Amino acid sequence: MTKVSMKVNGKPVSGEVEGRTLLVSFLRDTLGLTGTHVGCDTSQCGACVVHVDGQAVKSCTMFAAEAEGCEVTTIEGMANADGSLSTIQQAFQDHHGLQCGFCTPGMVMSAAALLAGTPKPTEAEIRHYLEGNICRCTGYHNIVKAILAASGQDVSDIGGDAIAAE
Amino acid sequence: MPKDHGIGASSKRREDKRFLTGKGRYTDDINLPGQAHAWFVRSQVAHGRLTGVDTSAAEAMPGVLRVFTGADFEGVGGLPCGWLVTDRFGQPMQEPGHPVLARGKVRHVGDPVAVVVAETAEQARDAAEAVEVEIDELPAVLDMKAALDPDAPLVHDELKNNLCYDWGFVEENRAAVNAAFETAAHVTTLDLVNQRLVPNAMEPRVALGDFNPATEDSTLYTTSQNPHVIRLLMGAFVLGIPEHKLRVVAPDVGGGFGSKIFHYAEEAFCTFAAKQLRRPVKWTCTRSEAFISDAHGRDHVTRIELALDAEGRFQALRTETHANMGAYLSTFAPSIPTWLHGTLMAGNYKTPLIYVNVKAVFTNTVPVDAYRGAGRPEATFQLERVIDKAAREMGIDPVELRRRNFITEFPYATPVAVEYDTGDYNATLDKLLEIADVAGFEARLADSKSRGMLRGLGLNCYIEACGIAPSQLVGQLGARAGLYESATVRVNATGGLVVMTGSHSHGQGHETTFAQVVADMIGIGEDMVEIVHGDTANTPMGMGTYGSRSLAVGGSAMVRATNKIIAKAKKIAAHLMEAAPEDIELKDGKFSVAGTDKSVAWGDVTLAAYVPHNYPLEELEPGLEETAFYDPNNFTYPAGAYACEVEVDPETGKVTVCSFAAADDFGNIVNPMIVSGQVHGGIAQGIGQALLEAASYDDYGQLLSGSYMDYAMPRADDVPFYRVDHSCATPCTHNPLGVKGCGEAGAIGSPPAVVNAVVDALQRAGHTGVTHIDMPLTPARVWAAMQG
Repeated sequence: MTKVSMKVNGKPVSGEVEGRTLLVSFLRDTLGLTGTHVGCDTSQCGACVVHVDGQAVKSCTMFAAEAEGCEVTTIEGMANADGSLSTIQQAFQDHHGLQCGFCTPGMVMSAAALLAGTPKPTEAEIRHYLEGNICRCTGYHNIVKAILAASGQDVSDIGGDAIAAE
Repeated sequence: MPKDHGIGASSKRREDKRFLTGKGRYTDDINLPGQAHAWFVRSQVAHGRLTGVDTSAAEAMPGVLRVFTGADFEGVGGLPCGWLVTDRFGQPMQEPGHPVLARGKVRHVGDPVAVVVAETAEQARDAAEAVEVEIDELPAVLDMKAALDPDAPLVHDELKNNLCYDWGFVEENRAAVNAAFETAAHVTTLDLVNQRLVPNAMEPRVALGDFNPATEDSTLYTTSQNPHVIRLLMGAFVLGIPEHKLRVVAPDVGGGFGSKIFHYAEEAFCTFAAKQLRRPVKWTCTRSEAFISDAHGRDHVTRIELALDAEGRFQALRTETHANMGAYLSTFAPSIPTWLHGTLMAGNYKTPLIYVNVKAVFTNTVPVDAYRGAGRPEATFQLERVIDKAAREMGIDPVELRRRNFITEFPYATPVAVEYDTGDYNATLDKLLEIADVAGFEARLADSKSRGMLRGLGLNCYIEACGIAPSQLVGQLGARAGLYESATVRVNATGGLVVMTGSHSHGQGHETTFAQVVADMIGIGEDMVEIVHGDTANTPMGMGTYGSRSLAVGGSAMVRATNKIIAKAKKIAAHLMEAAPEDIELKDGKFSVAGTDKSVAWGDVTLAAYVPHNYPLEELEPGLEETAFYDPNNFTYPAGAYACEVEVDPETGKVTVCSFAAADDFGNIVNPMIVSGQVHGGIAQGIGQALLEAASYDDYGQLLSGSYMDYAMPRADDVPFYRVDHSCATPCTHNPLGVKGCGEAGAIGSPPAVVNAVVDALQRAGHTGVTHIDMPLTPARVWAAMQG
């Protein structure tokens, strides 16, 4: 067992891990931060995306020991200080960018990383960036729309929920 | 103006905040004190005799508590099948046993052979490597037609062959249908494959069993769409635990799409092992394991023939389908290719004579059961593909051919035993042509051509039977369960409500929409209504969520219970205002006496119910809580029309979906935003089936597409923004909300639109010999089709 120490959502944490312990296991099992999810075992689905030193990382693909001394942000650290939803989180709710919620933490973390580097992404840039995040519920329509909206772009002409029976 | 609350409003989802902040509570997020971990040892071969399982080395490994094998389950029941299909000769289907852990033989890659339970998941996994499984390998039975060869190896030695059933529907019509083909002016025939898919809800399955030795109560936390069904099946048929000693909890569940309806071995194992070991036992599925242990979907091989007169009017329809059951009968497997498929073969059309033959076959593959749409996508795909082919052969516009045959008068009794209560297929088709801008296709075609790309337009219609289902009808058809739904509405003293529903939400947003309905009925804020679901300990016996049934059946039960509440509350209000109950009106959360200015608030009445100081106790019990069960008298029949435009790269065969439009008739709608979201997700799954997804086995029964590296899930850049519309509403005539269900439509209606579009593109480019390409339409297949 090895001792690892890091900052998670701004708080210093440490714990004993095996060499093979994945960062996601450390977050979920040791720290009890169960918002980060595991949806596959081949680094494909993106449900486990967190930020490590500001970079979007699949936490199932990194050993806990590799995060020694790093600053880690998980979905639990994404809301505003007063507990209200951040702009991206609010956009996901406003535009129905989630259904079962399982891929959602990874989607939000990826969206935040995208917007940090590309403040006004095009639809194509968003779709390309989300290649590593799989959602089975939404058909991506409202996720892409939510990210466009979170970046301050007009989404009023994107079809969807406005058309309905009165 | 769109409504801002109640029925018809796009209320934002109350579920979202917890999911967006990491505060959801999925089964794997639950850990119990003293919990041990299970790891399954699974067969790595498709078929073989199990000659020995040596657990001694594993048992000596660190942290190992016990290793279980099939021998530990002697005297324990097998996993039951919930539907008995009777074949066309009047005989019951062949129904093999389905042990919790394999005994005697292994029958598919992934068949569980042993389970290690250890202190940690890592220790269990390590020790599982040390379990020695001896198997004498047998030839694997994989191809369905070969499986029916008299010399084929038997998947189940105790059965006479690999045929589960040979079903004919309607058997009495067989001769008349055949005769109609003899005299038809035109017959179009199409052979096609509706390929095997893996449902792939993003949350892998999890089971956590617990046992309290003091009370002898068992609890199972599980990723299920229907906790009451699991409690009944596992308690009564597998483990012999009566319902009052067994609690099943399905907390937040990360998608289902059918795959979490069924009772799985791992659920029974964890419940059983917790009692044996006197410790909670948890199993968390890996994705690789999910590919070989979750029930798969579809897997039909079909020949469909359509007989038409010279004007293109449908005269008769005949189909022969081989449907893969896999190695065992999953919970509802036999019903999918029969009653959820054969009964939909009329589609939206007046075809007077229909005969459907289905041969269900056992093979050495993962069991196949319901996956989003379940039987109805298979029916829709073959019907809408053969109509397109017939239109091309006869030189009739495919839209016109459909219109010529539309059912236009309702109710309409089809020749395949169902009665459509309402619909307007011309209206949805007209709406589709508008929102898909079909009139502008030629211009877009010219643009594609100028860039060297082929372009095609595909359309189709669909109908589905939802709101599964009337218990007496499905009982006659072989269901071994009732299919009603339930709700308890509890009003608290200060006026808030809790609705306990037998439905289960795993992405559909019931917590929001169900509250909208109840709040609207009473005229109070949605935030005064809480929805509870997913725990057999605090919800009435209900059948759960699948088959687009939650609002149509569960919502109806909730409406009934709420109406009982309102009726009683009016009596209380009448007493408080010294008026007659029949003069009491409820509006905007206020009871008033008709024709007067007297009124009492909702909260005054609810308080009186629980503080009955001024209360008619001699006539009325105190309290305000009602339960209702609802069993509909018919299915609901959502229907619509879908259109897809594709570009095909003539150099590579790569298909790009340029646009997708859906015009659906779901009847009345409670939350348009959520309904659109359901359609979006279904369309993506349909595009996935049409272009990307396939569960592929090699000749030895190894699943080649066993991970997300190999199984092509649709990703954000595989799909466009969709145009969806549900303004053409013909409300359901037989449930109180007039709703039809919207969960599966997208997945049912979309695959034929995509394939019709690709065939159209190739035809327009002069590849006139290409009349069909089997899904998924990979670049290789499309390119090969273009080469002739």
